[in-house]
Amino acid sequence: MTNGLIDFILVSVALLAIGIYGIAVKRNAIRMLFGIEMIINSANLNLVAFSRYIPNSQGQTLALFSIAIAAAEVAVGLALVIVAYRMYRNIDIADFRSLKG
Amino acid sequence: MVDSVFLALSVLTIGSAIVALEIRSLIYGSIALMLTLSGVAGFFLLLDAPFVAMFQLSVYVGSIAVLILFTVMLVRRELIFNKVEDKRRRYAGIGLMVVLMLGIGTIIIGSGLKTMDTNSAAVDYKKIGEDFLTYYSPALIVMALILASSIVGAMTLARREDVIDDQRAD
Repeated sequence: MTNGLIDFILVSVALLAIGIYGIAVKRNAIRMLFGIEMIINSANLNLVAFSRYIPNSQGQTLALFSIAIAAAEVAVGLALVIVAYRMYRNIDIADFRSLKG
Repeated sequence: MVDSVFLALSVLTIGSAIVALEIRSLIYGSIALMLTLSGVAGFFLLLDAPFVAMFQLSVYVGSIAVLILFTVMLVRRELIFNKVEDKRRRYAGIGLMVVLMLGIGTIIIGSGLKTMDTNSAAVDYKKIGEDFLTYYSPALIVMALILASSIVGAMTLARREDVIDDQRAD
């Protein structure tokens, strides 16, 4: 193969760093979900890249499980966003403070 | 070295990830997120994992991105274009991102992964199907239960009780 393992891992590191930036900086709840999606995708990319270069099939199997669990997580996360929007009429996470002691 | 397809895919993926977080409108942001996810699916194709790539396309681009688009459309219009953020926190976040990229990047480049290359054939996707139905079948059932319960949970959370009360009154 012309592309080495390290190229894929560097792309995955870049995606991870962008996702962490999104979670740390953004105050919009939906944009934070975008960041979470990017982090999950970078992890999946790592799994599939290692499974290609080792090579065995377990990395791909684990990536499939991870994609399915991420789908469940996003469904619940968006439902939480809708509930919070209905309660506060806003999706800014700085306004969600009724659990703050 | 890398080929041109890889370069184009990485520019598409990382560029649209930045656009998804930084563009003003949330609708264009979710479309850019869709592009990012398709770019990752392209990487899976480059890695000779067509089954995972198609799964990624159908689950992420087909369902999750559409779900996010619908949620964005349920939100008030001013909030979609509203973008409040702390200047100092933003600079701190960019610094954190650069430090993470450079730090983990130098560690990985300095490690022994650089010489890792393979000439062996790719894993056959039929092997994955066999694994799913034999060794991983309990895990597959548990995953199906998790998906079903999370969807039921999402529906219960997002239900509007006032509407149901109206229907009972009829």
